Amino acid sequence: MSNTERTAADVMIDIIHQQGVDYIFGLPGGAAIPMFDALVQSPIELVLTRHEQGAAHMADGYARASGKPGVVLVTSGPGATNTITGLLTAHMDSVPIVVICGQQTTGNLGLDTFQEADISGITFPLVKHSYLVKNPQDLPRITKEAFHIASTGRPGPVIIDLPKDVSSSIIDENVDSSFSIPGYNNDPEPNPEDIAQAAAMISRSTKPVFLLGHGAIISGASKEIAEIVKKMQIPVVNTLLGKGIFPETHELHLGMPGMHGSAYANKALINADLIISVGARWDDRIAGNPDKFCPDALKIHIDIDPAEINKSIQVDCAIIGDARKVLDKMYSLLKPADTEKWLKQVARWKRDYPLKYKKEGKLKAQHVIEEMAQLAGPDAIITTDVGQHQMWAAQFCLTEKPNHWISSGGAGTMGFGFPSAIGAALADRSRTVVAVVGDGGFQMTLCELATAFNLKLPIKILLINNNYLGMVRQWQSMFYENRLSGVDLVGNPDFVRLASAYGCKGFRLKRSADVKKVLTAAMEYNDGPCIIDAEVAQQDDVFPMVPAGATLDNMLLEPPKYKLDKPEGST
Amino acid sequence: MKNSQHTISLLVCNRPGALIRIALVFARRGFNIDSLVVSESKDPLYSRMNIVATGDTKTLQLMLNQLNKLIDVVHAKDYSDTDVIQKELALIKVECNDNNRTAILQIADAFKCRNVDISDSTMTFQVTGKSSKIDAVRKMFESYNVLEIVRTGKILMARGDEETA
Repeated sequence: MSNTERTAADVMIDIIHQQGVDYIFGLPGGAAIPMFDALVQSPIELVLTRHEQGAAHMADGYARASGKPGVVLVTSGPGATNTITGLLTAHMDSVPIVVICGQQTTGNLGLDTFQEADISGITFPLVKHSYLVKNPQDLPRITKEAFHIASTGRPGPVIIDLPKDVSSSIIDENVDSSFSIPGYNNDPEPNPEDIAQAAAMISRSTKPVFLLGHGAIISGASKEIAEIVKKMQIPVVNTLLGKGIFPETHELHLGMPGMHGSAYANKALINADLIISVGARWDDRIAGNPDKFCPDALKIHIDIDPAEINKSIQVDCAIIGDARKVLDKMYSLLKPADTEKWLKQVARWKRDYPLKYKKEGKLKAQHVIEEMAQLAGPDAIITTDVGQHQMWAAQFCLTEKPNHWISSGGAGTMGFGFPSAIGAALADRSRTVVAVVGDGGFQMTLCELATAFNLKLPIKILLINNNYLGMVRQWQSMFYENRLSGVDLVGNPDFVRLASAYGCKGFRLKRSADVKKVLTAAMEYNDGPCIIDAEVAQQDDVFPMVPAGATLDNMLLEPPKYKLDKPEGST
Repeated sequence: MKNSQHTISLLVCNRPGALIRIALVFARRGFNIDSLVVSESKDPLYSRMNIVATGDTKTLQLMLNQLNKLIDVVHAKDYSDTDVIQKELALIKVECNDNNRTAILQIADAFKCRNVDISDSTMTFQVTGKSSKIDAVRKMFESYNVLEIVRTGKILMARGDEETA
């Protein structure tokens, strides 16, 4: 094919490569063949997944670990609909992914033709923006626009629905691809008066707390936060997705607040006179009942997305803008207040209410997770699935740096942990990647073992195996008189033999005494992925716990000795 | 919180999908859209949209934020408490006979309705003005049996040299 005869798909793949993208995650089908054909001659590496959901989570993990957009390429109909869980996950957690779906030819649209689905229509509520490309000449512009929208402002997923006749059309490579999006303000200029007001509030506060979220990580505000914490002596809590924005080993760090947060983080929030949220959206896992959330504290909210202001919690001061820029401008306006008494109080809570578990007796998930995090070290990336193991990992993996903790927060997607680890491992092959998963979630996407095996990625899959859908079992046992329903995972495979069936290494871990030995062996195995099947105590519950919809002062530190009412919150 | 009626004006990109994205913002929050008017603006790349919807004020504010967040929406603004030019057009078909035709025409005349169709047993009027005026005309015609009514929904424009959102 001569250079003058290039398809829209060829030009699109070139543009994607120009965006700094090294990998495309996907699975082909008839309507997507022109795109897969264009990949043959491209320097972009195709990662062939076993399921489209895996592809979307891999792109998500890649994006979170690398800071670059993740790209997914799938076919029409079921290929496209299989990415929906991945789209929701990325949408809820503000992750830049671009999903390109093959589509029926334009003349066949709407006729219920083979493998046709109105994927734009299906995904409207799950994406930051979407395109159905009707004219091949528009594709270069749309591609650039899609990457811009996905990765700027508050990032999010963008979908491009690409009919086969459009992708295979011959187009002029020099077609104008400039774009203008007047309805899109990706970098709102923070109002200096708001910054001054917030600075005055912080300077007056004697019991302040920083609440740091994913937005602070996305904006790269680590340095600015560290400087303000140092100058003002403000204790820090972070959300589940804010892990790593401020070192969790720092003495002023109090861990994660909320439903399964540390007691000292929750006590700090309840007793604070000022809460400064940076890129955190007062999620219901933290706020519980929003009307009763820390009524005595003033609240400052820094967020790039104006739609988050006063969405769930009414705040006293809002600054709309990029967190790093806002904090940078705020620094010189801050005058240190007397927080000494407050810091002493906070330190007492931290000493008196530690997160704890026993290292002897039945194998404890917390023990395995904590030991693994220590062996992996601060440079390792930890990804998780969703459930009890996720909360234990959040409690016991102390994250030191941004983008080293990858977990499905907003959507709570089971099956996310392992494929996102594949994406993270590809973002930087020199890093250790540990996927902490449960036996429930892992089985939703374990077919990607083949993908990880082919890529020879030495991912450590730490399987916290209690033969239960543990978090639901915990709820049923605590709030539903232990009437267990649908939580016993009878029929689980032998995961060590499963690993070997995929050509991967399997380790079995049954006894507390073997934790260090087995995990060390797993860390030293670098020929490809390995599964550590940790058969942990079946009935362990996650504590502390704030029942859904309750206030933070209703926190349970240990199993209750009395019957609990059913929680008011939905989940 | 108390429900009330809100008049919202939007400037949006003239592209397929824009309308459904906007409608979804209302649907997700359980807001009922009472009327919706879309038309090309001065620049064919953009459309103007006027939406009248009923719901509580706090939710409306959250929804305006969500609307403004949409890539296709250049801006969205609530004009409920603002003095703007507001018009609506309606066609009203009234049953009539030889005995009451004059009385009906008198009412129509009082409201400056235009008679656009007439038959042995019906008269159809075109009426423009504020939505409240159309409500009033309709009420007056009720006693003569309104056979059909079609309303365009409210459109609005800022007064003077101010540009409408």
